[in-house]
Amino acid sequence: MAVDWKNYKPILIPRIPNLHKIEVYEKNGGYEQLKKTLKSLTPEKVVNEVKAANIRGRGGAGFNAGLKWSFMPKPDGGPRYIAANGDESEPGTFKDRKIFEYNPHLFIEGSIIAGFAMDITAVYVYIRGEYKSWIDMMQKAIDDAYAKGYLGKNILGSGFDLDMYVHSGAGAYICGEESSLMESLEGKRGYPRVKPPFPAQKGLWGRPTTINNIETLANVPLVIKNGAEWYTSIGAPTHPGPVLYGISGHVNRPGVYEYPTGMPIMDLINDVCGGMRGGKKVKAVIPGGSSTPPLRGDQLDGVCMDADSLRTAGSMMGTAGMIIMDEDTDMVEVLWRISHFYHHESCGQCTPCRDGTGFLEKTLIKIRNGEGEMRDLDLLLDLCTQMEGRTICALADAAAWPVRYTVTRFREDFEKRVKNTVFALA
Amino acid sequence: MEMTYEFSKEELAEIEKIKAKYPDKKSPVMPVLWLAQEKFGHVEPEVQHLVAKTLDLPAAHVYGVVSFYTQYYGKKMGKYVIDVCTTTSCQLCGGYDILHYIEDKLGIKAGETTEDGLFSIQMVECLGACGYAPMMQISNGVYCNHLTKEKVDAIIDGL
Ligand SMILES: NC(=O)C1=CN([C@@H]2O[C@H](COP(=O)(O)OP(=O)(O)OC[C@H]3O[C@@H](n4cnc5c(N)ncnc54)[C@H](O)[C@@H]3O)[C@@H](O)[C@H]2O)C=CC1
Ligand SMILES: Cc1cc2nc3c(=O)[nH]c(=O)nc-3n(C[C@H](O)[C@H](O)[C@H](O)COP(=O)(O)O)c2cc1C
Ligand code: SF4
Ligand code: FES
Repeated sequence: MAVDWKNYKPILIPRIPNLHKIEVYEKNGGYEQLKKTLKSLTPEKVVNEVKAANIRGRGGAGFNAGLKWSFMPKPDGGPRYIAANGDESEPGTFKDRKIFEYNPHLFIEGSIIAGFAMDITAVYVYIRGEYKSWIDMMQKAIDDAYAKGYLGKNILGSGFDLDMYVHSGAGAYICGEESSLMESLEGKRGYPRVKPPFPAQKGLWGRPTTINNIETLANVPLVIKNGAEWYTSIGAPTHPGPVLYGISGHVNRPGVYEYPTGMPIMDLINDVCGGMRGGKKVKAVIPGGSSTPPLRGDQLDGVCMDADSLRTAGSMMGTAGMIIMDEDTDMVEVLWRISHFYHHESCGQCTPCRDGTGFLEKTLIKIRNGEGEMRDLDLLLDLCTQMEGRTICALADAAAWPVRYTVTRFREDFEKRVKNTVFALA
Repeated sequence: MEMTYEFSKEELAEIEKIKAKYPDKKSPVMPVLWLAQEKFGHVEPEVQHLVAKTLDLPAAHVYGVVSFYTQYYGKKMGKYVIDVCTTTSCQLCGGYDILHYIEDKLGIKAGETTEDGLFSIQMVECLGACGYAPMMQISNGVYCNHLTKEKVDAIIDGL
């Protein structure tokens, strides 16, 4: 059943003027959940509540946040870290920036509660370097939180200490991958690490670490306030909660919109975004950032934005960064540009990824130039098979999936551009 | 005249504050490179040496970091660096038209700097503003959204 989204009121980015200012945030109930947590909850209670709420990671993989927190080993007196992931570089994704700008304190409060739950000593907020203006906004919000005693030593007299630092990236998509992000925080080139060990066992500077997306952490105060049962009643039962949908491409009103999970894709396009530009038909939708398989426009009836519905339809929720394409779009051009991106961003550690992304791009350039042959389409699919699941991190998969599913689902666009393969008789 | 690169007393104090945020001596390299680039406009090898010396790190390590991250300028750039996004959402909404328009306007290609040293153009990957496509960013500062040729003229002529 579709969600009743028409009566939904935003809670992650509510329409309150100047909410980014700490006084306004406090006036609207801000930092009350932190006070409640410190006064009346135990770390265990917080972890269990968040686990029951089933906040699925908004960074793309959809992992239950509370469950991830429960992987942290018992405190041993040494330092422990949260790395908040605000790298936001997956093409089509532009939603964490809204939190930095409109509601930074919700994220900060959520991070402090998470810090309390896991006995964390410091939170590092990793933000992509291009977001310089938003990095400054975050720093100001953090400074204000320190000044009010929500961060630092002995927070609100509870005996709990926590520091929060901003770390600016410098233009490398791969640093959004959690282990690469840790390398980058440690002042190195951002080469992903082999997992396991997972960050909870061996993270930043060898210590227990949890990585969560900015939006994931912003959900935490809402769960503490209203409880897991309330949270799981929002949106799709197996993938609940509010979501920031970042919608771009050929719609009349692109932008970031907060609605429950489980939104019908066609409602987002037609009602939320005011329909397609020029009244055109939908040709393709990339539902969750450029690495998620594109769906055909003629197969969107009843498809909703949650993990289950999208899996059935043949894609993934990813970051809910939706790219909408109209009937005039040439999928060869789109796929070539996506492949160029992943080739450019591969860190080069693994051969299937370094060479594979290069071959994919080269083959697509050939096709785009009208020099491709029918057999190149099969070659593309073969290359994908050789890349998927064989590398240190998921970038190689992220590069292969769009190729596999664009070529198979929009084959007519490719066939139009290639010559038949001719086998000469010897 | 050869320029000698140094940090001021205030900057050295700032660097001490940065160091205090991290538990080891390698980690502050990125924020200190940012600080250096803001001051000098680039992080050419001489600046990398200064950063290495200040943080007591091997110069090779600093070089390794600079060369990994696209936002550190290992060579001098124009006074204004125009970053034009051409990734998927921008591509769909005319990002390449905007890029080519700017290239023609300034008489250089992406990756080049005008002879007077005023402008560099870069073709960059998604800047996280896909709903405001096509877009560009100037010198890692303001985001210029929903670009048209007229808007581009007004912005560049106004610099
Ligand atoms: N937000 C963005 O800009 C981007 C997001 N992505 C998304 O990232 C996703 C892939 O991310 P990964 O971190 O590689 O996914 P993953 O599925 O390997 O891990 C997800 C999270 O769960 C944790 N985890 C998983 N299994 C675990 C275990 N057995 N024990 C302990 N912890 C465990 C991981 O440490 C991680 O924090 C893709 O699905 C894609 O949608 C990709 C590119 C950019
Ligand atoms: C190549 C690559 C890039 C990624 N980039 C990001 C990113 O920019 N932001 C993000 O939150 N997660 C990104 N992720 C996912 C992270 O590895 C990790 O799963 C996530 O930050 C965990 O937070 P969550 O569980 O709250 O979603 C990326 C993953 C891969 C493989
Ligand atoms: S899969 Fe690609 S990006 Fe990831 S570690 Fe290997 S080479 Fe680097
Ligand atoms: S595609 Fe241009 S900002 Fe994202």
